[in-house]
Amino acid sequence: MDPKVVNDWRLRGQRYRLEGEVCDHCGESIFPPRDICPECKEPAKTPHTLSGRGEVYTFSTIYSAPEGFEAYTPYTVALIKLEEGPIVTAQLTDVAPTDVAIGMPVEMVTRRLRTHGDEGTIVYGYKFRPLHLGQAAD
Amino acid sequence: MRDVAIIGIGQTSVDEHWGTGIRHLMLDAGLSALQDANVDTIDAVYVGNMLSGEIAGQSHLGALAVDFMGLEGVEAYKVEAACASGAAALRTGYIAVASGMMDLVLALGVEKMTDTSGRETTAALAAAADAEYEVSQGISFVALNALLMRRYMHEYGWKREDFANFAVTAHANGANNPNAMFQRPITAEAYARAPVIASPIGLLDASPVCDGAAAVILAPVEYARTLSPAPVKILASAVGMAPLAVHDRKDPLALEAAITSSQKAYKQAGLTPQDLDFFELHDAFTIMATLSLEAAGFAERGKGVQMALDGEITLQGRVPIATMGGLKARGHPVGATGIYQIVESVLQLRGLAGPNQIPGARLGMVQNIGGSGATIITHILEAMGS
Amino acid sequence: MSDYRLMRPQRDVGVSGYGSYIPMYRLPGAEIARVWSGGGRGPVKEKAVAGLDEDTVTIAIEAARNAVARAEIEPGELRAIWLGTESPPYAVKPSSTIVAEALGAAPYLLAADFEFACKAGTEAVQAAIGLVGSGMGDYALAIGADTAQGRPGDDLEYTAASGGSAFVIGPAENAVATLIASLSYATDTPDFWRRGYQPYPSHSGRFTGEPAYFHHTLAAASALMEELDMAAADFDYAVFHQPNVKFPMRAAGRLGFTPEQVRDGLLSNEIGNTYAGASLTGLSAILDRAEPGAIILLVSFGSGAGSDAFAWRVTERIESRRDKAPKVSDYIERRTEIDYASYARYRGKLQGS
Ligand SMILES: [Zn+2]
Repeated sequence: MDPKVVNDWRLRGQRYRLEGEVCDHCGESIFPPRDICPECKEPAKTPHTLSGRGEVYTFSTIYSAPEGFEAYTPYTVALIKLEEGPIVTAQLTDVAPTDVAIGMPVEMVTRRLRTHGDEGTIVYGYKFRPLHLGQAAD
Repeated sequence: MRDVAIIGIGQTSVDEHWGTGIRHLMLDAGLSALQDANVDTIDAVYVGNMLSGEIAGQSHLGALAVDFMGLEGVEAYKVEAACASGAAALRTGYIAVASGMMDLVLALGVEKMTDTSGRETTAALAAAADAEYEVSQGISFVALNALLMRRYMHEYGWKREDFANFAVTAHANGANNPNAMFQRPITAEAYARAPVIASPIGLLDASPVCDGAAAVILAPVEYARTLSPAPVKILASAVGMAPLAVHDRKDPLALEAAITSSQKAYKQAGLTPQDLDFFELHDAFTIMATLSLEAAGFAERGKGVQMALDGEITLQGRVPIATMGGLKARGHPVGATGIYQIVESVLQLRGLAGPNQIPGARLGMVQNIGGSGATIITHILEAMGS
Repeated sequence: MSDYRLMRPQRDVGVSGYGSYIPMYRLPGAEIARVWSGGGRGPVKEKAVAGLDEDTVTIAIEAARNAVARAEIEPGELRAIWLGTESPPYAVKPSSTIVAEALGAAPYLLAADFEFACKAGTEAVQAAIGLVGSGMGDYALAIGADTAQGRPGDDLEYTAASGGSAFVIGPAENAVATLIASLSYATDTPDFWRRGYQPYPSHSGRFTGEPAYFHHTLAAASALMEELDMAAADFDYAVFHQPNVKFPMRAAGRLGFTPEQVRDGLLSNEIGNTYAGASLTGLSAILDRAEPGAIILLVSFGSGAGSDAFAWRVTERIESRRDKAPKVSDYIERRTEIDYASYARYRGKLQGS
């Protein structure tokens, strides 16, 4: 068994739908969950799913990939500043590297992150794509 | 607390050591340090290393080191702090000697990175980042630095070419270091032409994958002079920490751990940046050199690149860096790098740096960075004279 | 004939929310023809191709998120998620549980993958109607999604496409379209199949036409219309399974429908054949623009073979719901053309990659 199977399973709430936490003391949004508020240091365990909307804080297109990601090169990774505040590291998808810019609005989608070889599991998780489908705000 | 000095140094060349395994790299560097210090016994060995478990399938390096060095019965263990493992091993030895519990300590850094494919090495190095929230997204260590470089260029208006002098200077210095991986100069044009690994980082922004080991012997200052003709005193040893993942840092371009680590070191040593004759910084990538100069107080925020453009980082400049080639040209055998930086600084302070000697060098600062900046360890060294 | 063929749930149900997803990459038929025939065109203008990080699960997740947004329910209200597909990412392991977790609908629900070639999605809709209509639960999610593959150079390669649609079936009181009735028709007809461990399907050439597609589609549609005592003119829209443009147009004509009734739900020229997603995405496109009161005929076809036929009536609720998620046309307009080499890479047709 790939040792990552259980680890991936444990993180499915975060990976599939950006499940983080909110601090009941100061209202800070927290992702990834850390159970202690980085802002006020009080316990913060209330689950809170983030909207998935944000903007590109910075990005890089990877031409030389780590093992497990070779099949996807070149691909673009970014720091995404979510509208609730936290920054997440994630890939961009459905966009050419030359069309990415700092400040570009993006939205979360759930995509394949990698597979653990031909026999192993498929890992799904968040990526971000340009916000251009005119999705109504809710 | 006792003052601590470095009384012996040893290093292997930094290279692709196809014919030499991890145990013989440790042996070569360790024995030459013992020889340089003219001691044949030791109280403890601390081995700085990051990747032996992943790449060689070999953990438990302390036991392996003393076994093969013939240091029977000497206590030894591995210290790990990603790319700062070398400085962490040194600091562990420093604490042991300063406390009075140990008199003679061997701090050794070793890394053997070439026994595997580039993709596997890239994956192993990425383990210095947050496995669940950075590495899982396909990030490489280069890419984390590229994210910082892109943001830096965006915030302060620099172009990629403006970083060229960090690589050019390192290679110019490496050309005179017989132990350097790259002993040839490069041009700014070559830097600009280099293939992109993770935009905007090109091949010549990045330090190479390589093998090597380096070692130092520590002793109390009170005995140092009787043991060594030219001991070097450790004036400061300080660690700064920041969140493991870049995305969790309040101000990713601030290199917060370098700020706290440098300030603690200045305070311990009673010095300011202006007092230092050189700064062996952690130029794993040109952006790291830039951010380090700013965090340590040599340049204002956003102005580190200007120092390279103005030639202030050369051997003749205001703040010489990478005096023996730095991580870029000497090479970056990750867990060994922190000790190489110390060994090279000791050469400068002994006046034995050859063509790269900084005239009259008396005070040097050395900074070793773990991961993308989560652990940053700073030492300030002073020549004790002969 | 009496109405024993007709299916009607014990309580009135309908579509509470609907949503689609179509990948952005397009492979023109002319590009396939260039590679395999030295020129010419294909039976459709172009087809939608899933990207490197897309599969049936990711397509289903986005379509399902759109459907749940339009249904105005909490994901936890879903008592079932049934995903119809012939291209599940795993041979053994449900795709539907991944979709359930991604929506935040787990754990108190049924979850399973349905297989019936291109009608697996409407099979899931029928099952959802049964679950909600019986009162076992208030909401069930039925999805049809595929990343269909044709053997390189085969006729199927021109049309085998990626995409999908999802429908939240719920009580008529929260429906954008209520169900009038449905009817299903199945026989053992081997027009198209794929054996285990084979990467590409096989088909029986012209046998896929009259004895398979047309027989089942026309039988199901005409039986439903007969039972409901409705003629083609009583419907505002009709949507059929669309393996190409020709088949659904011909089926519509034989049943007495005009091209205008079929036009809004016929997408194969723009996106190809999305298999289990095909007729459902046509229905989704119709709901994107239909007026309250409009009556829609939906007839699927799945090889093997069978057809499900449904009659729906659009409600006023459609007007406040349709803008809560991207429309089919938004996805069709989001288009990046690729060449055959990129297509071969994206769809895993390069050996040793
Ligand atoms: Zn708080």
